[in-house]
Amino acid sequence: MTQPVPDDAGHFGPYGGRYVPETLIPALDELTAAWESARRDPAFQAELSELLARYAGRPTPLGEARRMSADVGGCRVLLKREDLCHTGAHKVNNTLGQVLLARRMGKRRIIAETGAGQHGVATATAAALFGLPCDVYMGALDVERQALNVFRMQLLGARVVPVEAGSRTLKDAMNEAIRDWVTNVADTHYIIGSVAGPHPYPALVRDFQRVIGDEARRQVQEVAGRLPDAIVAAVGGGSNAMGIFTAFLGDEAVRLVGVEAAGHGLSTGKHGAALAKGRPGVLHGSRSYLLQDRNGQIAEAHSISAGLDYPGVGPELSWLKDQGRLTLRQATDEEALEALQYLARLEGVIPALESAHAVAAARKVARDLGPGGLVIVNVSGRGDKDVEQVRKALAERAAAPKRKAGATPRPRGGAKRAAGAVVRRPAKKRAAGPAPLPARTPRRSR
Amino acid sequence: MSAASKPSPAPDRIARAFEACRARGEAALVTYVMGGDPDLVTSLEMALACVRGGADLLEIGVPFSDPIADGPTIQRAAERSLAAGTTVADCLALAAAVRERSEVPVALMGYVNPMLAYGEERFLRDCAKAGVDALIVPDLPPEEAGRFGALARAHGVALVFLLAPTSTPARRAAACAAARGFLYFVSVAGVTGARRALPEDLAPKLAAVRAESPVPVVIGFGISTPAQAKSLAPLADGLVVGSAIVNRIAEPGSRKARAARVEEYVRSLKRGMKRA
Repeated sequence: MTQPVPDDAGHFGPYGGRYVPETLIPALDELTAAWESARRDPAFQAELSELLARYAGRPTPLGEARRMSADVGGCRVLLKREDLCHTGAHKVNNTLGQVLLARRMGKRRIIAETGAGQHGVATATAAALFGLPCDVYMGALDVERQALNVFRMQLLGARVVPVEAGSRTLKDAMNEAIRDWVTNVADTHYIIGSVAGPHPYPALVRDFQRVIGDEARRQVQEVAGRLPDAIVAAVGGGSNAMGIFTAFLGDEAVRLVGVEAAGHGLSTGKHGAALAKGRPGVLHGSRSYLLQDRNGQIAEAHSISAGLDYPGVGPELSWLKDQGRLTLRQATDEEALEALQYLARLEGVIPALESAHAVAAARKVARDLGPGGLVIVNVSGRGDKDVEQVRKALAERAAAPKRKAGATPRPRGGAKRAAGAVVRRPAKKRAAGPAPLPARTPRRSR
Repeated sequence: MSAASKPSPAPDRIARAFEACRARGEAALVTYVMGGDPDLVTSLEMALACVRGGADLLEIGVPFSDPIADGPTIQRAAERSLAAGTTVADCLALAAAVRERSEVPVALMGYVNPMLAYGEERFLRDCAKAGVDALIVPDLPPEEAGRFGALARAHGVALVFLLAPTSTPARRAAACAAARGFLYFVSVAGVTGARRALPEDLAPKLAAVRAESPVPVVIGFGISTPAQAKSLAPLADGLVVGSAIVNRIAEPGSRKARAARVEEYVRSLKRGMKRA
């Protein structure tokens, strides 16, 4: 099977395309042409490779997760450490590439949308590196949730524009970025951070991110002498997932596991699982699976992770789902919180909340595969940006421990010191060890 | 599908309206009201007030949660309309209610997703049934409009394409070749909403489109004052005014007071649109 490259109009089967105002079509044509010429231009490729190596810190390691492997029953688990990229996530792979393209097109200003702020930080970083002014649109709710990243962007010289419309999250930030682009398209390049949006973005961003999987494919053969049984990645818009999956699309035996945010639970309606629970529709310039009501109004997504709090998903992932090439899994807010602590204690890696969803699902996938299995987990970003939010979430849970008795089992690995014994399932008594993070004192009563 | 064989009366209403304006030596005035803003009954009253004030075509907005081509005025109108629970079916009913009372051509303007959710075939059939003459769908450019456009033609509803200041000559030619009803020329690169000034190279760009277009060309986005209407009227077959009307509907007052305000405003626009 070959990679389902989109057709000339950007269609992945019935998905993708260009559902945008006429004003933008010439700019999208220009971007497509610029990318087509850049990808064949050795000078461009050399400059990008140089930046990725000496500025972003590539290649990132494919590390052995020994204690996690032992914990899940012997399946070998490897972590693709995108959290070690400059700026702390895979997002910089794409923003460096797109800023080079912007320069090639003579654009003098950069805009971006951001959810968790990782793409905003990566865009602000690339813009700073090339001396371009940068405006980042961010939902007002995310501005609150991700104060640290807001400040990082400002330090990097970007202007952060809070968006008060709608659900005040990623989708609204993207609406506003598109409106800015429509208005300033003559001199502005819009750096979309995911494999979403109108053609050529889904293919373009995938091509800039596929370095993750290209490296992992080489590395896994070096360290394990074979391809993995499964690759697990979180799916919001899908850039880290397509980034690591693309190199393996033709390897039918490699299971590609996309993990969506189940939020409070798939049955509650408060989640971000567009592939699992959505219907095809049109948002932000492309046709794809979408969370929407029966009247075609876009539903508000929910996830503890701002980066997965998006009602849509990249069109290629929709296509892969329909082709049966994608294995879908979900992780709830609780499971992601738990997995974040789990990886921190077992491997000394604090993953981003987005990546923690992948870790949560990978535990189950690895357990099912058992000894002899081989799994790669894409640790797409580091959790530093989430530390304050996680601290608050754990404090709230400690203050109200029995909120949802009988609902999804809430493993609380944190209760048990991870010194020797491996963390598993719910600890019997919270008092057995130190609380997961400072949570004892009921410091916040709102 | 049998509708395909019937003569389509819809574009005739549009052609007749432009023809009548031409005969009177004036540009057509196209007025926009968001369906269901702030409720269906009020929006019907406002649409009829536009007609009394002299509007030659009506645009009825279909609300969408994520209107990427709209500025704050119409975004808020959509929020009010959705808060009142307005659906695509409601907007079709609104169009039908206008049609019962007037032969003014009606265009629905909205984003494609609610139309897809309603069902493309069913939507276009119901548009025809409601007496909708045209559809303006800003996020459905010609390259994505294949099936939708074919269904529209089959049901005698004109799918109106937009052209922008950034459109290349090739795209202009393609839009003109595929044009039905009228062409909508977007005055500025940007979103909908009142603007103090419009680009200076508007006249030559419009002239190029009109020279090539087999159908009337209207200009929209940013027009809000009688003075603007007066200066633009000679350049196009029609002018679209939206946000300025929506703002007048949003101002406080009884339904009657709002209707009077809208009617008077539309009349003031239309007064300036006589070509001397």
